[in-house]
Amino acid sequence: MSTTELGMPGSHGLADVPLAEGPQTAKDYRSDQEVRWCPGCGDYAVLAAVQSFLPDLGLRRENIVFISGIGCSSRFPYYLDTYGIHSVHGRAPTLATGLAVTRPDLSVWVVTGDGDALSIGGNHLIHALRRNVNLKILLFNNRIYGLTKGQYSPTSEPGKVTKSTPLGSVDHPFNPVSLALGAEATFVARALDSDRAQLTEVLRAAADHRGTALVEIYQNCPVFNDGAFDAVKDPRERVQRIIPLRDGEPVRFGAEGEYGVTRDPRTGGLRVAPVAETGEDALVVHDAAAGDPTQAFALSRLDSGDHGPVVPVGVFRAARRPTYDDLVRQQAGRSGGDSTLRDLLRGRDAWTVEPHRRNTP
Amino acid sequence: MTSPTVPRPPVRLERVVIRFAGDSGDGMQLAGDRLSADSAAFGNDLATRPDFPAEIRAPQGTVPGVSSFQVHFADYDILTPGDRPDVLVAMNPAALKANAADMPPGATVIVNTDEFTRRNLQRADYATSPLEDETLSGHVVHQVPMSSLTRGALADSGVSRKDAERAKNMFALGLIAWMYGRPTDGTETFLRRKFAARPEIAEANVTAFRAGWNYGETTEAFATTYEIAPASLPPGTYRQITGNTALALGLTAAGQRAGLPVLLGSYPITPASDILHELARHKEFGVLTLQAEDEIAGIGAALGAAFGGALGVTSTSGPGLALKSEILGLAVMTELPLVVIDVQRGGPSTGLPTKTEQSDLLQAMHGRNGEAPLPVIAPRSPGDCFDAALEAARIALAYRTPVLLLSDGALANGSEPWLVPEPDDLPDLRVEFATEPNSPDGSGAFWPYVRDESTLARPWAIPGTPGLEHRIGGLEKSDGPGGISYDSANHERMVRLRQAKIDGIDVPDIEVDDPDGRADVLVLGWGSTYGPIGAACRRVRARGLPVARTHLRHLRPFPGNLGAVLQAYRQVVVPEMNLGQLAGLLRAAYGVDVVSHSKVTGQPFGAEELADALVSVIKGESA
Repeated sequence: MSTTELGMPGSHGLADVPLAEGPQTAKDYRSDQEVRWCPGCGDYAVLAAVQSFLPDLGLRRENIVFISGIGCSSRFPYYLDTYGIHSVHGRAPTLATGLAVTRPDLSVWVVTGDGDALSIGGNHLIHALRRNVNLKILLFNNRIYGLTKGQYSPTSEPGKVTKSTPLGSVDHPFNPVSLALGAEATFVARALDSDRAQLTEVLRAAADHRGTALVEIYQNCPVFNDGAFDAVKDPRERVQRIIPLRDGEPVRFGAEGEYGVTRDPRTGGLRVAPVAETGEDALVVHDAAAGDPTQAFALSRLDSGDHGPVVPVGVFRAARRPTYDDLVRQQAGRSGGDSTLRDLLRGRDAWTVEPHRRNTP
Repeated sequence: MTSPTVPRPPVRLERVVIRFAGDSGDGMQLAGDRLSADSAAFGNDLATRPDFPAEIRAPQGTVPGVSSFQVHFADYDILTPGDRPDVLVAMNPAALKANAADMPPGATVIVNTDEFTRRNLQRADYATSPLEDETLSGHVVHQVPMSSLTRGALADSGVSRKDAERAKNMFALGLIAWMYGRPTDGTETFLRRKFAARPEIAEANVTAFRAGWNYGETTEAFATTYEIAPASLPPGTYRQITGNTALALGLTAAGQRAGLPVLLGSYPITPASDILHELARHKEFGVLTLQAEDEIAGIGAALGAAFGGALGVTSTSGPGLALKSEILGLAVMTELPLVVIDVQRGGPSTGLPTKTEQSDLLQAMHGRNGEAPLPVIAPRSPGDCFDAALEAARIALAYRTPVLLLSDGALANGSEPWLVPEPDDLPDLRVEFATEPNSPDGSGAFWPYVRDESTLARPWAIPGTPGLEHRIGGLEKSDGPGGISYDSANHERMVRLRQAKIDGIDVPDIEVDDPDGRADVLVLGWGSTYGPIGAACRRVRARGLPVARTHLRHLRPFPGNLGAVLQAYRQVVVPEMNLGQLAGLLRAAYGVDVVSHSKVTGQPFGAEELADALVSVIKGESA
C-alpha cells in the first residue's frame, strides 16, 4: 500500500470511506474473541446494535477502526472484526485524532465509558469535541466504575453509597450532554441501551455527521449499579419520562403527547408543562442544526423539575462546522510547492567550500 | 583636524570566543545568531552557546534577566562553543556582573556606558561602578555609549526613539563585525528580510549595524582588527544549523526516505518547541503537525497515526516524557514504530527549563511500568541531530518499536556549520506493510504477533488492508495469534521476546580514538559532551599524555564490542552532565568500575576543566 492521499473534504461523515462491494451481515462483524461481559450487562445490547448497524453503512470492513480506553466498555473493539486498538485509560480520543487526521479513508470510532471519558480522559474528550475531528465517540454511561468493582463515577448521583463513598458521594456529577455542548461539540446525542431502534437511529446520524459526534448511551450495570435507569425504562413510566427529540418538530411527549417543553420566562431556560396549560404554540421546536447551541443546552438541562425526572433522548445537536482534520489536510494540500528535499536541507543561507580553498594543515 | 588613519594590518588569530550579553530584551540572541551566520558564511568553523533565562522578560537590568550568546569561531575544526570569552560585549551592568567571572585575564570588554547609570548599577548590585574601580583591571576595556550612538545615527531616520534604541544590538554587532573582518552582506540581507513588513525598521537596523562598523573604523580606540582565516573544512555545501532544526529536517527526510507521511503530535515545551515550529513549515513534504492539548495527547496522536501507517513522532523535554510514559508502554506492547524526542533540560520537576543537562537517561531506560525495553539513542552535536533522527526512524520502522532520542538544551539551541548531505545518499527507510494473511496454521487468518525471524518485528498491517483486520492493545497478547492472553507461560515468553527484540537491534560497534595506541585511560561519553570531551582530549594530548576516547550513540542496546572496549583500559572515565547515570548503567551491565565525572550546573563542560580532571585520572592522582 502506498501513502494516503490527502484529499479535500466531503460533507458527509463517511464521504471518503470506500464502500464494500457486496452486502454484509452482523456476523461479518463478530470477531473470534469470546465476549466476557457480565451476564445481563447493557454492553451486550450495544454491541449487538453496532454489529447489526455497521452492515447498513455498507463500508469496507477494513476501513473501520474502533479505539477504546480502559474500562468494561473498552473491551468493545476486541469483539468486532474490524481494525481496533484497546488503548490507555482516557486516551482513546488522542489515538483516534492522530489516525483520523492522517487517514481520511477510515471510519474512526471511539468507545469509552463515564469514568474513561469524563474522569481520567476529560481533557481529551473536550478537546476532541472542540476540534471537531471526524470521529464518533460512544460514551457508555452506567454511572459507576465497573471494572474496578463499584466505585462512584463522575456521573453518579450525589449521595451515592459505594465502596469508596460509604457515607454517600459528595461529588457533583457531570451531565455528559451538557458538557459536550459546552465544549463546542457539533454533534451530541443520547440513547438507551434498551431501545435498539432509537439507538440505531442515533448511531446512523452520528456516522453521517462530519465532525466529532458524541453519543451518550445509558447502559445498565447489573452487578454494581443495577437499575440506575429504571425510572426511564419502566414500561409504564417510560412515556412520562422520555422526551424524544425530533428535528423540526415541537418537543412533546406522553402517551398522548400531553406534555410539552416550553420556555420558562422565570429562568430563561426550558421547562416541562402540560400542553393543555401552555397551548401548542408555546412549545419549542427542536432545531438540531441551529448554529447557536443555547436551546440544545437548555434541553440537556431538563432532567428534573415539578414533573419529576425526565430524559430527553435523540439528537440534541447536529451542526455543520469545518472539521479539524479536513482543515489540516487542506493546509497540507495548499502548501504544495515545487521545493525539493535537497532545497529544504540546504536552506537559504548555504555556502560552498571548494576543494582548492582547503588550508594546509 | 585628525590625521588620516593609517590602517594597520589585522592581527591573525586561530580562533576567538565572543560573548554578547545584555538584558533579555536587548536582542543578544539575534546578535549572536548573526555573528555565527556571518562567520559561517566567511568559512570559519564555529560553535555557539545561547544562554537565557526561563522568564521571557525577567526584571529589567537585573542579573537573573541577563541573556547571552557565545560564538566560537576558528580557522580549524573546533569542537565546543569555548570555555571563556576572549571578548565580552556587556550591554548593561548586570550583563557585566553575570559574566565577569568567566573572562580570562587580558580579555577584551566592550561596555555600553549609556546603561551604566546609578540605578542600573544598583540593580546589578554594584556598590561602585566597575568602570571606575579595580573590577576590570587586567582586561582591555572599551567604553562605548552604544545607546546614544545608535540613537544619534537614527536621529533622521523617522523611527521612534524606542525603536532606535532597540537597534543597539545591531550597533554592537557592527562593531564586532568590523573588529573581526566579518562579511556584512548576509546580515543586511537578513535584516531586510526579517523586517520586510516594516521597511523603516529594517533600514534603521541596517543603519545601526553600519554605524557600529563605522565607529570601529573611525575611532582610534579600536586600533587593532583581527583576522581569522577560513577553516579547512571538507569540501561541500554547508549551512549553519541548530540541533532542533537538524532534528526537524532529519524527521522530514526520514518520512521522505520511508515513503511515509509524518505526523508530529507535540505540546509546546522548552527547549523542544522549535522542533514543532520547524516541522509545522514543511507540510509539502507530507509532514502534519498537531499541537495537542497536552503531552499525553501528543504521543497518543503519534501512536494512532502509526497504527494507520504514518511515521509517528512526538517531541518533548523531561517533564513531558514523564507524562508520556504510559503511552510509551502501550507503544512497546503494541509494537508500533514511534519516534520520541526528549530535548533534555535541568531537572527534576520543572527544574532549569532553559539550561542543559543529561537528565533523563535513566528515565528513558526505565521510566515505564513493567519490563518495557525500548531503544535509546543520542546525537552528539547540533548537525549530528539530523543523522540521529534518521537512525531513530530506521530502528523504529525496521523493528516496530518506539525509539527514544535524547537531545539536550545545548544541542537544541547550539549551532555549527553542517555539511549538507545529498538526499540520495541518505539511508533507504522503505518499509513493507503486511498485505496477506500469515497464520502458520494455514487457516488464512492474520496473526498480528507472528515475528520476523531476523528482527523479531511483528507485521505492520494497517487499516484499509482487507483480510488483516485485527485488534491490538495494552493487555498481554498471545504469542502469534495476538488474542488477549493471561496465560502465565505466554506472558513470560512475550516479556522475553520483547526484550530479545530490543537486545538484538543491529547497532554498529564503537570505534576508539587513541592516536598513538598507548593510552590506558579511556574517556567514554554520550550526547552533547562529545565536543567538550574531544576538546579536552586534545588538551591532554597536547600536554604529552595519552588518552583514548569513544562516544556512544546507542545507549540501548549498547554496541556489541562495548564490554570488550571497557575491559581493555586500566581506567574508564565517564563525564556526564548528571550524577553518573551512564556510569551506573555500565557498572551494572559490564561489572566495570568506571569513574564518573559529573557536573550539573546547567552548563556544558568546559574543555579546560575537563582536561584537568582527565589529567588527574591519567596521573593516578584522583578518581
